[in-house]
Amino acid sequence: MPVLDITLKDNALIMIHSLFLINNAGDLFLEKHWKSVISRSVCDYFFEAREKAVEPDNVPPVIRTPHHYLINIYREKIFFVSVIQTEVPPLFVIEFLHRVAETFQDYFGECSESTIKDNVVIVYELLEEMLDNGFPLATESNILKELIRPPTILRSMVNTITGSSNVGETLPTGQLSTIPWRRAGVKYTNNEAYFDVVEEIDAILDKSGTTVFAEIQGVIDACVKLSGMPDLTLSFMNPRLLDDVSFHPCVRYKRWESERVISFVPPDGNFQLMSYHISAQNLVAIPVYVKQNISFFETGSSGRLDITVGPKQTMGKTVEGLVVTVHMPKVVLSANLNATQGTYNYDPVTKILVWDIGKLNPQKLPNLKGSLSLQSGAPKPEENPSLNIDLKIQQLAISGLKVNRLDMYGEKYKPFKGVKYVTKAGKFQVRT
Amino acid sequence: MLNHCFLCRNEDLKEMLESSKESLKLEAMKRIVGLIAKGKNASELFPAVVKNVASKNIELKKLVYVYLVRYAEEQQDLALLSISTFQRALKDPNQLIRASALRVLSSIRVPIIVPIMMLSIKEASTDLSPYVRKTAAHAIQKLYSLDPDQKEHLIEVIEKLLKDKSTLVAGSVVMAFEEVCPDRIDLIHKNYRKLCNLLVDVEEWGQVVIIHMLTRYARTQFVSPWREDAVFDENSEKAFYDSEEERRVEQSKPYIMDPDHRLLLRNTKPLLQSRNTAVVMAVSQLYWHLAPTHELSIITKSLVRLLRSHREVQYIVLQNIATMSIQRKGMFEPFMKSFYVRSTDATHIKTLKLEILTNLANEANISTILREFQTYVKSQDKAFAAATIQAIGRCATNISEVTDTCLNGLVLLLSNRDETVVAESVVVIKKLLQTQPSQHSDIIKHMAKLFDNITVSMARASILWLMGEYCEHVPKIAPDVLRKMAKTFTSEEDIVKLQTVNLAAKLYLTNSKQTKLLTQYILNLGKYDQSYDIRDRTRFIRQLIVPNEKSGALSKYARRILMAPKPAPVLQSAFKDRDRFQLGTLSHSLNSQANGYLELSDWPAVAPDQSVRIVEVVEPVKEAGAPVFGKSKPGKSDEKFYSDSEEEEEEEEEGSSSEDSSSSSSEESESESESEENSDDSNKSSSSQSDSEKKKKTLKNKKLQQQKPDSKDRTKFFLMHIVLSFSNQFVASCRCSLLCLYVFLVCQFDTISWDVRVSLQASSPVFVPETSRELLHRMTGKGLSAQYRFTRQPCIYGNSMVSLQLTLSNSSDQALENIHISEKSSTGQNIHRFNAIERLEPQASVTVSMGVDFNDSTQAANFQLCTKEDEFSVSIQPAVGELLLPITMSEADFTKEQIYNKITKTLKLNLNEIPCGLSVWLANDRLGTGNLFKNNNLLKCYKYLNI
Repeated sequence: MPVLDITLKDNALIMIHSLFLINNAGDLFLEKHWKSVISRSVCDYFFEAREKAVEPDNVPPVIRTPHHYLINIYREKIFFVSVIQTEVPPLFVIEFLHRVAETFQDYFGECSESTIKDNVVIVYELLEEMLDNGFPLATESNILKELIRPPTILRSMVNTITGSSNVGETLPTGQLSTIPWRRAGVKYTNNEAYFDVVEEIDAILDKSGTTVFAEIQGVIDACVKLSGMPDLTLSFMNPRLLDDVSFHPCVRYKRWESERVISFVPPDGNFQLMSYHISAQNLVAIPVYVKQNISFFETGSSGRLDITVGPKQTMGKTVEGLVVTVHMPKVVLSANLNATQGTYNYDPVTKILVWDIGKLNPQKLPNLKGSLSLQSGAPKPEENPSLNIDLKIQQLAISGLKVNRLDMYGEKYKPFKGVKYVTKAGKFQVRT
Repeated sequence: MLNHCFLCRNEDLKEMLESSKESLKLEAMKRIVGLIAKGKNASELFPAVVKNVASKNIELKKLVYVYLVRYAEEQQDLALLSISTFQRALKDPNQLIRASALRVLSSIRVPIIVPIMMLSIKEASTDLSPYVRKTAAHAIQKLYSLDPDQKEHLIEVIEKLLKDKSTLVAGSVVMAFEEVCPDRIDLIHKNYRKLCNLLVDVEEWGQVVIIHMLTRYARTQFVSPWREDAVFDENSEKAFYDSEEERRVEQSKPYIMDPDHRLLLRNTKPLLQSRNTAVVMAVSQLYWHLAPTHELSIITKSLVRLLRSHREVQYIVLQNIATMSIQRKGMFEPFMKSFYVRSTDATHIKTLKLEILTNLANEANISTILREFQTYVKSQDKAFAAATIQAIGRCATNISEVTDTCLNGLVLLLSNRDETVVAESVVVIKKLLQTQPSQHSDIIKHMAKLFDNITVSMARASILWLMGEYCEHVPKIAPDVLRKMAKTFTSEEDIVKLQTVNLAAKLYLTNSKQTKLLTQYILNLGKYDQSYDIRDRTRFIRQLIVPNEKSGALSKYARRILMAPKPAPVLQSAFKDRDRFQLGTLSHSLNSQANGYLELSDWPAVAPDQSVRIVEVVEPVKEAGAPVFGKSKPGKSDEKFYSDSEEEEEEEEEGSSSEDSSSSSSEESESESESEENSDDSNKSSSSQSDSEKKKKTLKNKKLQQQKPDSKDRTKFFLMHIVLSFSNQFVASCRCSLLCLYVFLVCQFDTISWDVRVSLQASSPVFVPETSRELLHRMTGKGLSAQYRFTRQPCIYGNSMVSLQLTLSNSSDQALENIHISEKSSTGQNIHRFNAIERLEPQASVTVSMGVDFNDSTQAANFQLCTKEDEFSVSIQPAVGELLLPITMSEADFTKEQIYNKITKTLKLNLNEIPCGLSVWLANDRLGTGNLFKNNNLLKCYKYLNI
């Protein structure tokens, strides 16, 4: 029988061909191929781009090489570099890579080089399940956990002694039903469902304190531990507030469209139920004001800094976890400051000044004042650095969103329900 | 020593694998997987590992699978040992085991098991478990990439699986469809409505694939909703929740949307709320390409929402918004503030936001935007500050009200402390001045004063050009600047030198009294410069402006040539021409066609037969939108829980018999629609796209007519001869040969369009000739005949190799054995041989591929083609064109590359269709232009023409 030299069709439509994990120092510490092996030398193009970008954040997400395309994400100090050979929606790959990173986080508590190296076998099993021939297969955490059990200290000890496995023996029930995100046969003695409404304020304030741009991004995180197949309905007092929403696949779009209620069969455990957006058109309450004066002198290579933070629209709640971060110009060598509250730290290498204030006391406003010393001889910086504010307000959704009620159908027992609100600063920037 | 250690460890692993203890085996496999993950070679353990494939321990088995998939290709014979295990597992009662057996079986890339794979796929596609059927759909793609000859059989399986009712299968089978037979649109007709209705319940990844496929489908099946005569009621947003009456109302209007078209739009809309950014993007691009203009606005919010996501997601989404915002400012204008830049954004995000803000600028919001830009100019990120200055320049040219304000602002920036900011301002001011010259001589003077302090070469060159171009406005300063340049000429950058020569020439023509000697001096310096560009330019200019007996007629026109009024550069968005790609694709992101990109067709002028999509029994579409889950929902069984489309699925079975006839009719109307009829299409993008396409097509045809293979070669050699003679002359006496060459090239350029990518990445060729040439005639080859053909694909064996396809056929009456290429090659070329063919039956033929490194020369590659008994000397002589790599470059990149935009004709040239003369000229090293594979000289030779 003649053995024919079959020319392999090289441009087969494989979405993700290979994956390389590369740490911040440029070490390639894991590779996985879903088809023929692609030499790791392909990463040289990535390294080249990495070098050119200086900051890891500036690496372009899509890199073209003569025969492949590299799509990468940067997360938790790790570059996930995937090799693509043909046309594919780039967001498809990016979204998937983030899903991989989230799965690692979910399984090992954190997604870092050392945890990945320690659990390399599970990582490999996961990658094998998540992609088949480069196409996503099982990315839902509930299903994966049935296929491959996450490591626990106890189990890993038992496994080494008995040689038993981390791999599930049956097909996860979710995979087959029309509700792929929930496993069957869930049982709890205490049935409980908690919802956290977390809102983040994104804002840019100008020098004078006027709002240039502000919007609210909210998410509802859920932790649902209910037995059986509960069917939940969550309704709001003021659903019209929500400008734009996106849902976990479990939410029924049509109910939302027609009745503005969120109707869903929840996955088991922790998940993000929805995220929403309240845009700049509605007035966004800004909880704090910042009075600042940063100036650099023409002569004497020094500058002065004076920042005061005060409450603005806090709806009667206390502002906590207040942190002011300043990215100083390169010429600033050191800072000699005095804080009336909290502590400050200036890192002369990264040029970042962090002032950790803590709780905001409206009676005695925190103030940071002092002098900056600049590199002598260097020209005075053109631009004053902008301030990034971080804060937290408990028991308040700044948009005023309120959950009305949670109803459960399909199961007989009475679950314990709870809702928590919290407001945080997102990308909150004050220009100077 | 190390090696020894490694061997020891492997020995030890082998021992563990062969032990009887499961736990030891498992431990060994875990360590082996660790080795694989690190990229170490563990292939020698293959025999020991493969034995465990039948293990009862599931984890051990899975790890063995991982190993097998990784190494089976390298150890084909041994891999065959495991096949029977999988075949047995395919019959296992447990669906998980069946599915995973199929997965691994189809992942083993061993050509010999193709028939087994085919059989298993067929069987699995009728499996009761949808999970196994899904796996079968995945296996289709794997088998297809292993052996494309199975296409016909695989299409049958795809056809069957497309009818599958399970949401689990839908995504995977469409994926297989997209790969194996994306052109068989007829397979979709009957399943179209089902896919639309299932879409919401399909898993996220499948949704993306289906939406992209349906976008392409809709563009071939429905007529354009963008017609001018289609009057839409602006506030009828409810059209989405489309009830029947509304559709009837629509029907009274001149344009009637096909109900199926509407079905697609309506059923994809809820997916804009998906948490998966890829799904949201897919729906957005579907709306962009399919929805009536007034309905587009609903995607805006969702796209803006994605900007909250990860940095990489932002990057892609911003790119797409940038393209959209050029055509439809209105869509994103209300969200302008979402594109304000934060100091913490990555540079590429900042630049994209800037791009969008610039696109959104109009008379009403320009003051807000300029105020915002003022903050950006001061940014510490200097690359970004420079981009902002460019953006200000663009706003200034686009909105005439603010031109003066912008110009003044930019002049102020000239006193900025930062070099890059000043340099960028100079460049932008230069462009602005060109749009409205004369009145700004004071700005030119101001820049002349700055000249001494500016060191960035681009800025210096810009000032010099301004001086030369407007030397009549600054008659006193210009000669003085030239004087200064004469002093520093030797230490300047190339572009500055070139512009100095230009300035000298222009001054010589307008003010020869003062500058004659200076010009002579500079031309002398240029004559002996290290750079050939400058030497060439100097010689050219000298011939042109200094009259002598040989230069003849041209120098009379020197003034007219050099001082011709130059059209101002058009400052336009870098995203201007990206709309030629489908949004959301890799090609769009890269702005060049990626492998396997499927072009979106234009709307047909007349809608193809709608009835092809009708599935027998009652029309299911109408109910689809309506069902709302009542609160009593849980009463229903689990399976029907989420899906509201079970009802119409039963009808899918029948009706495939009429498919053939209907498909052929639809194809006919498709081809009709390709005709020019739709050029009255109101939509700009599609008409311009089709225009350019038309242009391309006619151009191609012209080329084809001009260059029938034979005549092509002849012209080529003819031209090569001319050019070579030029260059000899050139070396000897450097007469006006360059001038001739220049004129010759300009003539060429006039007729050609030019399309070259800056980074010079290879692109797929536009045209691959099907004709093959004779390598060995059957008479000389004693029955063995061989033909070769250049595939014009990047060679997989090496970057410098040219990929060739060889067809060997046996026309004798006995089998030929052991056909191969002899090891010794008479010439120096490096040849990647094809694997020896053991036996070729009479009348059989086989196609193999090989690679030859021609060392960029047209020297023939000679080698011996051997059979068991004979040896035949053969040779392959490449045409120059085959050695060149096709590259593409967007118009925007191209204009960016132009320093001084004087030739306004858009030059587009595809290297595949490059006129022979030019390609020879480029490939010929003797002219000193370097060769195309290595550097950017092609561009330089264009710049070279920028006088």
